Amino acid sequence: MYKSESLRGRKVILHDMTLRDGMHAKREQISLEQMVRIATALDGAGVPYLQVTHGAGLGGNSEQHGRAPHSNEAYLEAVVPHLTQAKASVLLIPGLGTMRELDAAHACGARSVHCATHCTEADTARQHIAHGRALGMDTSGFLMMAHLNSPAGLAEQARLMESYGAHTVYVTDSAGALLPHEVSERIQALRDALAPETEIGFHGHHNMGLGIANSLAAIAAGASRIDVSSAGLGAGAGNTPLEVFVAVCDRLGIDTGCDLFPLMDLAEEVIWPLMDHMVRIDRDALTLGFAGVYSTFLLHAKKASARTGVPARDILVELGRRKMIGGQEDMIEDTALSLAKERRLTA
Amino acid sequence: MSKIKCALIGSGNIGTDLIYKLRRSPLLEPVWMVGIDAASDGLARARALGLKVTDQGIDGLLPHLAEDGIQIAFDATSAYAHAENSRKLTERGVLTIDLTPAAIGPLCVPPVNLRDHAARLEMNVNMISCAGQATIPMVYAVSRLQTVAYAEIIASLSSKSVGPGTRANLDEFTYTTSHALEQVGGARQGKAIAIINPAEPPMIMRNTVYCRTDAAPRRQEITDSVLAMIAEVQKYVPGYRLVNGPVFEDNRVAIYLEVAGLGDYLPRYAGNLDIMTAAATRTAELFAQEILAGALKLQPVKVA
Repeated sequence: MYKSESLRGRKVILHDMTLRDGMHAKREQISLEQMVRIATALDGAGVPYLQVTHGAGLGGNSEQHGRAPHSNEAYLEAVVPHLTQAKASVLLIPGLGTMRELDAAHACGARSVHCATHCTEADTARQHIAHGRALGMDTSGFLMMAHLNSPAGLAEQARLMESYGAHTVYVTDSAGALLPHEVSERIQALRDALAPETEIGFHGHHNMGLGIANSLAAIAAGASRIDVSSAGLGAGAGNTPLEVFVAVCDRLGIDTGCDLFPLMDLAEEVIWPLMDHMVRIDRDALTLGFAGVYSTFLLHAKKASARTGVPARDILVELGRRKMIGGQEDMIEDTALSLAKERRLTA
Repeated sequence: MSKIKCALIGSGNIGTDLIYKLRRSPLLEPVWMVGIDAASDGLARARALGLKVTDQGIDGLLPHLAEDGIQIAFDATSAYAHAENSRKLTERGVLTIDLTPAAIGPLCVPPVNLRDHAARLEMNVNMISCAGQATIPMVYAVSRLQTVAYAEIIASLSSKSVGPGTRANLDEFTYTTSHALEQVGGARQGKAIAIINPAEPPMIMRNTVYCRTDAAPRRQEITDSVLAMIAEVQKYVPGYRLVNGPVFEDNRVAIYLEVAGLGDYLPRYAGNLDIMTAAATRTAELFAQEILAGALKLQPVKVA
């Protein structure tokens, strides 16, 4: 997948997801104190960007995506004053979040934004990417569920995001479904299509155990930004685990600018103890990767399973068959109810 | 019986689908279609179906309004273009049904408040959004029984049914629909979420409605009210149906809907198109009845 000589000396910018994707793994329940403690440790260990919002980003507080104890603005206002070098970022999914909310986040100190669309719908983020740039923010386009588009199709969408003003375009493996060679093909297609100054990012999920391997494949194919999370705290089986990835990068001579031991301590002493469930590749998380289903659906499917008696794996497989995408969390209970009716599990 | 002559402004998905809806109407006759792109599929269809067409935008239509007796115009352009279109039409005494998110005029959801608007003889009414038309009747079906603190709707649209105008202005869609959930739906706070899904074959439009009631939901009454309202919407959108629910959990009421279209301009999956064009047609028909009965006389209105 890569030659180690080709990686030695490469610089990679890590973007931490613990306080955004990690919110999903905590059913959005992370306190202000926990946020500040984690952000301070990440900042101290040299992580250059950390995302701080509801798991679904700006506008995420909802029936659909769950409610956090605080607003996105309150989280940002608590965290930003503690950062000495890191920049705070936010997630914005058009159709859910709006430019007004981006203005509010910027006013609270956010200086970077992931503008996310499904991997075929880049043109819904035109205004938002342009607005991020107008605010002077580090602006990324974030092509979610990237396994559902071909390398050439993804490159076409990436070019749109670049044309709207994105500094970076991400290949986002929301389902943790991509295999290393599929990551390589997609990153390579973007590298060939985009201007040399446009950066390429990779956001992985560990549902098939490939978070680290896929991130390395991405770097080898030309990516220079990698999303990571402390102890992998994130949706599904979590994201590429930060401290593990930094250790691997140190061994390969990839320059992340991050300090390994403090990141190990953060994972061990803070993140593992706060997990409500072990973020790992259990049967249902593996189903996400195998069936190509949005990682955030995991805990919703477990809840719908408890309600209807339909096994979570069956619900997830059916959602994959129906080609449901990120943001369609309402279709989880709906699908479970329909399956229960078919199986005569309900009265 | 004579029909009221209509103009369609905008030759995209909505404007083109409206041709088919109006041709079926006993009260309305589509006479003109206005576009800005001579090569658009919508203008070609309009021409083939016998409409007069212009690719010169609203100004290509204005000189013909009087001689062709146009009394109602449907604006399916964009929120940005609508303000100017509305001004020009209103000062010439043409009643405008606004299908953009501009929402200059009062918001209209036929089974909830159409009769009120017709009684007030409005010159411009706004149809909110496809998601608004699909979900506000359900919010109202709950709020007419007991107070709703919060209503949230999720509209899932097939990628092929969402045109460039909507894609470029998703925020407008969000703001207008959220506001209408409050103003017309009767919720104290509203939130609208849109999802665009590219699955093949395309998914039929889905809508989920969540209402948070102040007091414990009166389950049987809410279920009856929801079913009655679905029957009302089915009168103009036959493919509107309840898939699951109402599901009650604490003070949350969840209603899962599907909207299939008639398959006029786009195939049946594009229920989002139909619910908008059918609601606009129904709205125009009620005004047309008033005009034909002599109760509503359209007058030029100077707009400041």
